[in-house]
Amino acid sequence: MPELYVSGAALGALAVAAAVATLVRGPALAFVYPLSALAALALGAVDLHVLLGGGELVAWLPIGLPTIGVHLRLDSLSAFFGIVINGGILAASIYGIGFDRAKELTPRVEPLFPLFAAAMNLVLIADDAYAFLFSWELMSLTSWALVVARHTDPESRRASYLYLIMAAIGTSALLFAFGGLAGPAGGYGFDTIRAHPPQSLVAALVLAAALVGCGSKGGLIPLHAWLPLAHPAAPSHVSALMSGVMTKVAVYGFVRIAFDLLGPPSWWWALPPIVLGAVTAVLGLLYAVLDRDLKRVLAYSTIENIGVIFVALGLALAFRANGQHEGAAVAMAAALLHVLNHSWFKSLLFLGAGAVLHATGRRDLDGLGGLIHRMPRTAAFFLVGALAASALPPLNGFVSEWLLFQAVIAGQTLPQAALHFAAPAIGAMLALAAALAAACFVRVYGTAFLGRPRSVEAARAHDVPLAQQIAMGGLAILCILGGLLGSVLAAVIAPVLRVLVGADLSSAGSGPTPLSLVAFDPARSIYDAPVIALFVAIASITTLFVVHRLSARRTRRGPAWDCGFPDPSPATQYTASSFAQPLRRVYGAVVFAARETVVMPPPGDNRPAQFSVVLTDYVWRALYAAPGRAVLKLSERLNALQFLSIRRYLVLMFAALVILLSIAAVMI
Amino acid sequence: MTGNLVVQFLAQGAQMFFVLLIAPLAVGVVRRVKARLMRRQGAPLLQGYRDLAKLLRKESVVAENASWLFRSAPSLIFALTWVAAALIPTFASGLMYNWAADVVALVALLGAARALLALAGMDVGTSFGGIGSSREMMIATLAEPAMMLIVLTLAIAAGTTRLAGVADFFIAEPLAVRVSMALSLLALVIVALAENARIPVDNPVTHLELTMVHEAMVLEYSGRHLALIEAAGMLKLVLYLSLLICLFAPFGMAPATAGVDGWALGLLAWTVKLLGGAALLGVWEVSIAKMRVFRLPDFVGIAFVFAFLAILLAFLSRGAIE
Repeated sequence: MPELYVSGAALGALAVAAAVATLVRGPALAFVYPLSALAALALGAVDLHVLLGGGELVAWLPIGLPTIGVHLRLDSLSAFFGIVINGGILAASIYGIGFDRAKELTPRVEPLFPLFAAAMNLVLIADDAYAFLFSWELMSLTSWALVVARHTDPESRRASYLYLIMAAIGTSALLFAFGGLAGPAGGYGFDTIRAHPPQSLVAALVLAAALVGCGSKGGLIPLHAWLPLAHPAAPSHVSALMSGVMTKVAVYGFVRIAFDLLGPPSWWWALPPIVLGAVTAVLGLLYAVLDRDLKRVLAYSTIENIGVIFVALGLALAFRANGQHEGAAVAMAAALLHVLNHSWFKSLLFLGAGAVLHATGRRDLDGLGGLIHRMPRTAAFFLVGALAASALPPLNGFVSEWLLFQAVIAGQTLPQAALHFAAPAIGAMLALAAALAAACFVRVYGTAFLGRPRSVEAARAHDVPLAQQIAMGGLAILCILGGLLGSVLAAVIAPVLRVLVGADLSSAGSGPTPLSLVAFDPARSIYDAPVIALFVAIASITTLFVVHRLSARRTRRGPAWDCGFPDPSPATQYTASSFAQPLRRVYGAVVFAARETVVMPPPGDNRPAQFSVVLTDYVWRALYAAPGRAVLKLSERLNALQFLSIRRYLVLMFAALVILLSIAAVMI
Repeated sequence: MTGNLVVQFLAQGAQMFFVLLIAPLAVGVVRRVKARLMRRQGAPLLQGYRDLAKLLRKESVVAENASWLFRSAPSLIFALTWVAAALIPTFASGLMYNWAADVVALVALLGAARALLALAGMDVGTSFGGIGSSREMMIATLAEPAMMLIVLTLAIAAGTTRLAGVADFFIAEPLAVRVSMALSLLALVIVALAENARIPVDNPVTHLELTMVHEAMVLEYSGRHLALIEAAGMLKLVLYLSLLICLFAPFGMAPATAGVDGWALGLLAWTVKLLGGAALLGVWEVSIAKMRVFRLPDFVGIAFVFAFLAILLAFLSRGAIE
């Protein structure tokens, strides 16, 4: 099987690249990126071959645990996620090729980059719990090391510390989940688990543990707190990988456990992912719309999208548990297409943010502005990503959103009251999230790329090297094509849908044109992006033609009108904070207990007025700050135990021994 | 069959043409009714056409700082709104291309036009542009989810998200009076007022700094660019009025199978209803005051709550619960 050798060679090349990169210094490190790009291309090609051609690749390696070894398997589900991941790695690597060899390569980043890429690929092909957890942990640690690459920055240190704690909690939850899956017999191979799925109570615990383990990696609220700190702290092409791609590995973990290993679902399994996902979708965007850091806004938007994906997964579980395979297929198609679409537009946006950071040295939105004039190409690509992230047609974000709404409507056929009434509530939350996403990205794009520059750095910006433009441009084209050809993508993922929910979009291809996306039935729901795009194009061209014939074609450049009093200072523009002010008043007062205070000096006093806003993050306060304080307090108390006399220690040991023995006596 | 196809195609073209043709008249009716109720003479009914012609003739002054986005936005906004308006069943329900986008896509198309307009408002970098965009998006975060819930409710009632299917359902059952429909109607009216920048959400005739929303965004536009933006606004009014008519007063609309005669009748009925709706809007606008910006969330929030109750009731009435 040549595919096996190709995959093995590519993964080997990544490992060798990592090893060699630890030995070399300076400009020589640049070899990492072309090599990673080639490896990602090869791995992606194998994934595509497996997904389209059917079948699967299986391998057993005599490494790892003695007598057990490592089982690897590439089935259609792994192959689909492999395409998502290697697409992201390819884009990030091409972006990396554009780095300035003299200045931008550091031995803290380049050796870890291929290792991180390889680790993510390994998670997907792991076919036993040991291999899965090992590669999952490798992925966590390499990404942690990439976050801490700029360790001189206290923000980065704090972010990486929090990330390390959350990753440890997540992995221990997964450890627990696989322990439950393996059962008392201890069959850790995925095929053994599949043959003997756990009983109902254990299954519930496994599902909860999987939700914690994968949810914390993906950023489900309330396990998200590390994500908006860690993702932006890494170098931008790594941020793109972490946000665009690594969160998808988390989704993969959940899908593998909940849809594949855990056996037939009960209906109430659907509730936790649906509820957590819907809350995450709305809250993630509310955080995003109030934040002023370009990369952090993008990270919060990732949280939102993971929420949307989990809602879709929950709906798919609900439909599947009730034997409604068509509904399950629509919901699952929404989830998988959103995985793909989000990886494209979020990687694009993070690479764009990296370009902005590179050109201006700033990522605070209130210090940018006017970049559309100085970085025209980056601005155009970023616009595509921003509109796709706002789920606007005809771009790709809307395709999965559309499918998800169709699944929500189909929720009326779910027989259980809890799910039946959850569906309209989810519809409301998703609609709110979509509208907030548009507000969020108008704000980001409007302050960073439009208007006048708010700082010297923004005024002196320049566009990035060609390789980085190619990386962003390629992703932008994918966002457009993914929007137009949603039906083709839905057909490509059909084998994955059949494996996961036992049905695919059965009416695919029965629409009025071959490219119509059909949910359930052509008489029920059709979305035909190419026809709409064609109509909009015809309408625009007709308009342009007619207007040019009818109107005076003269266009004059003049100073801005601004109601007659244009102010030359760029400080009079709306900033990201002022743009968010109405939203803060409407939503922030409830969700974040936002308090605005204005201190006006008395008349005659020429001190400036002061304005301040206080936001309270309840999730942080209740779930992170309070336990953190408790741990500190406890360790302070226990600290006294370090300074006892030997006599006391002996007494303590004796007491412990007596207690243990008495417990043992009672138990036996 | 080919002959039929040509007729269908022409009908679709006629739909696009008629919505465009009638839009300035509808706005003229609103203004005229308002003026008369305030005991003013008012501008002639055809003033909307003259305004557009005047703007088209004038030169466009573009701010020095404006980018390509500012210059290309008006035609895109106009095209998006026009396509959205062409998809709404007006005089006949089963036109050739209105399967291409369903109700969800319709909401999103309008969302795309709005996002472009808000971006264009921020392009020049003036304080007014920002104020308009910021407020517009704030209102949109309340109005758009309400709109989405309304169309989902209708889709559940009709069993399809296709606009033609929804319209056919309401033609077949015009007296389908249900609580969820009544709530949807109320919510849709509020959303329509908000989306069209009408009193009490926004005032289309004033340029008062503290209150304006839509006008603040388009402040920098002039000449043919402004003409396109204004035309898009007029089209949007026709779109929402037609949507209300097609859902809640569909009598007279020709079904998919009707021939040219049926269409002519449908066209007449639609025109009368549309202008009647515009007159009602005029009456409404003189009988209520503009709201403060920060009271708007309460007003538009009512639409959201109504829409949510409507979809909840729709879910309740469908499907068996164990």
